Amino acid sequence: MLKEAKIKKICKRFGNDRTRMMDIVREIQQEFGYVPPKYYDLIAREANTHRVEVQSVVSFYTFLSDRKKGKIIIRLCEDIIDKMAGADEVAAAFERELGIAFGETTDDGKFSLEWTACIGMSDQAPAALANDTVLTNLTPEKVPEIIQALKKKADPQVLVTECGDGNNADQLIQTMVQNNICERGEVLLGDYDLEAGLRKAIEKTPEEVIEDVKNSGLRGRGGAGFLVGLKWEFTRNAPGEDKYILCNADEGEPGTFKDRVLLTERPDLVFEGMTVAAFAIGAQTGIVYLRAEYAYLRAFLEDVLNRRRAAGLLGNNICGKDGFNFDIRIQMGAGAYICGEESSLISSCEGMRGDPSDRPPFPAIAGYRVAPTAVNNVESYCCATRVMDKGADWFSGIGTEKSAGTKLLSVCGDCERPGIYELPFGVTVNELLKKVGAEDAAAMQVGGPSGQMINPSQFDRAISFEDLPTGGSIMVFNKQRDLLEVVEAFMEFFAEEDCGYCVPCRVGNVLLLNRLKQIRNGKGVTEDMDYLEKLGKATKRMSRCGLGQTSPNPILSTLENFRPIYTEVVRDNTSGLQKSFDVLEAMEQANEVTGRQSVLFHA
Amino acid sequence: MADKLKFTIDGVEVQAEHGQTILDAADAAGIYIPRLCAHPDLKPIGSCRICTVVVNGRPQAACVQPAAEGMVVENDTPEMLEHRRNLIDMMFVEGNHFCMFCEKSGNCELQAMAYRFGITAPQYPSQFPDKDVDASHPDVMMDYNRCILCTRCVRASQELDGKNVFQSIGRGFGRKIGVNGRQALGDTDLNVDDRAADPTICPVGCIIKKRVGFEVPIGERKFDHEPIGSEIEKG
Repeated sequence: MLKEAKIKKICKRFGNDRTRMMDIVREIQQEFGYVPPKYYDLIAREANTHRVEVQSVVSFYTFLSDRKKGKIIIRLCEDIIDKMAGADEVAAAFERELGIAFGETTDDGKFSLEWTACIGMSDQAPAALANDTVLTNLTPEKVPEIIQALKKKADPQVLVTECGDGNNADQLIQTMVQNNICERGEVLLGDYDLEAGLRKAIEKTPEEVIEDVKNSGLRGRGGAGFLVGLKWEFTRNAPGEDKYILCNADEGEPGTFKDRVLLTERPDLVFEGMTVAAFAIGAQTGIVYLRAEYAYLRAFLEDVLNRRRAAGLLGNNICGKDGFNFDIRIQMGAGAYICGEESSLISSCEGMRGDPSDRPPFPAIAGYRVAPTAVNNVESYCCATRVMDKGADWFSGIGTEKSAGTKLLSVCGDCERPGIYELPFGVTVNELLKKVGAEDAAAMQVGGPSGQMINPSQFDRAISFEDLPTGGSIMVFNKQRDLLEVVEAFMEFFAEEDCGYCVPCRVGNVLLLNRLKQIRNGKGVTEDMDYLEKLGKATKRMSRCGLGQTSPNPILSTLENFRPIYTEVVRDNTSGLQKSFDVLEAMEQANEVTGRQSVLFHA
Repeated sequence: MADKLKFTIDGVEVQAEHGQTILDAADAAGIYIPRLCAHPDLKPIGSCRICTVVVNGRPQAACVQPAAEGMVVENDTPEMLEHRRNLIDMMFVEGNHFCMFCEKSGNCELQAMAYRFGITAPQYPSQFPDKDVDASHPDVMMDYNRCILCTRCVRASQELDGKNVFQSIGRGFGRKIGVNGRQALGDTDLNVDDRAADPTICPVGCIIKKRVGFEVPIGERKFDHEPIGSEIEKG
């Protein structure tokens, strides 16, 4: 059997190793357009695992499927920012042109249409992926041309007629994505001396490197803000021969696209930082966990890695330093926001579903393959490289006392200049709004849906860990926007992306979303605000990982900062009946069975 | 290293072995911390969150959190009792639990937990999801309407039976327990004598042995006379 031979070959390419299940099923999906359940047994046998484990992985990730899909899958971003830019009209145009609805595949098996969560293109929305090819600034008018071109040649790359700036035009990227770098700071996007950080680091002892990173005050850029140097120290001191350096390039928080630009324009800075970390910690293996949405960067990044190997910056005896051996591989994700959570990311790297793990033990003690592991954000590694080159004092001199350095902000929504801004920590919201051209902003979402929505009276607050923390996502809304619609979109996102492992997050988010929908449908009562607040707090307090501990924030922060958006639509419940209960709707089934309408309750 | 470490639960001093979880130490001290996904013969995984306690100000699942010297644990507080009640309600509304028709009634840990918390009706709207019933196995059936995704069956099969009959599949609200067979439970190597099929492993009436229904009459079942947790509180 040809197909079986192909599957065996793919399994063999990954060493028949079940910890590479992500790669195995991704390749099979690429080959067949899906992962056929009839081969689960074969895959399990080849990779030395059980068929239900294969199913467990395939069913977890949105970019993997157990049903046959079109040769070209068009995934349109369903973020609120894309909706504001006209994604619904674009969607309607795709449906018209292909004669199918979203979630369906054309009869000829050529096209599938799907909605997808943020693809990291909020500054050039509406955006979509056609397989791995990014389509930006879509309009309904462009859609017929796109479909025609794809019908002529089933290769989405034909749609790239003009490349974006910088490395987006590189032979190995060739994308229409624009960097939209609006402001360069001195840490990340300014000029820098290639490899100077690494060369200075290896002149020191690993302990000195860690001391420098600690003294610099560098805190993790993913959002949580843990001290990077401390994390490295824990990992270094943890017992174990094998240690690992993981780079979190799974930026999935809606509205975040700063790592996209770093990976495009500063890949060496990222890899250099990982190498510095490897030296400090004593690790031999590094993994970059690259989100599936950024697959278009993969060939380019692999090439950079190869170049670094050839230049002696990766491999054995790096920079001539005896016994300093380290190499990096890229692990592709497959569409799961939760995998940005470090323990989920580790599970995913191990070829499993991305359920988070219990802590303790922390990854620094028992992470990837139960070995000591340092997981840091793309931007954190870039900062570490610069700390090595320019010194801890230089770095801690930028920003505020508790938030050292610059922060890369990705700004989108209702502003004149959406894009990337590298600004010192401590910049106020007002200053930022002036830079991006949004002085009439009515609301700002800081830190993505898991962050908070603030109102104009709070615009004098500062972007920093001690005041308004953000992993980078900044969304601006003007006064024309329906903020409850924004909140609903955010809750939809969490209900879609939670892993379902623990009860409060799995059920709480759905209950929150449902009640919010009722309120938006005009069926809300005053007590619903109290219901949302109590349920939101219970979900936050009882959830197992960062997702559920922050997912009620869109509701809780708007109840606090934008209470009128609720009070305007809910009404006092004077009848004592549950307004959300529609008795006629509830009677429908009974009417159908009895063949008549109820005597008491009828239209 | 001292022989035993000491910490407090609601102000009461409790001793623990090194490496022991808060839950196990509490059990040994005769303090009941409610739990559903934890089982004495299985590795804890902290998924139901019912056993959440506040440890030095932070919520932690007692079943997975190791006890530490001097730790201050809050268990029986109005806040935790309210949140646990919320979680029990959530489990009821996310499935289809009709106790009056269920063979597990009286032996069901979810039902017993609801009684312990004085719940007569859940405060949240029932979601009435469409769930399957799998009767393909000759000796064991699964009613997914009653599953609370505690994964005790998954762990029992792996840890006690040396098999891999069950595993979690899907994600979010659509998450469910999958079986290691082409279609259904009948295609797996589950044996009726496996611990995974034992009625004390499944806390609810999801995994049920065929042809033994109502062997013990209502009124004589495990939780008919004393609330869940009594055996621990009695020490």
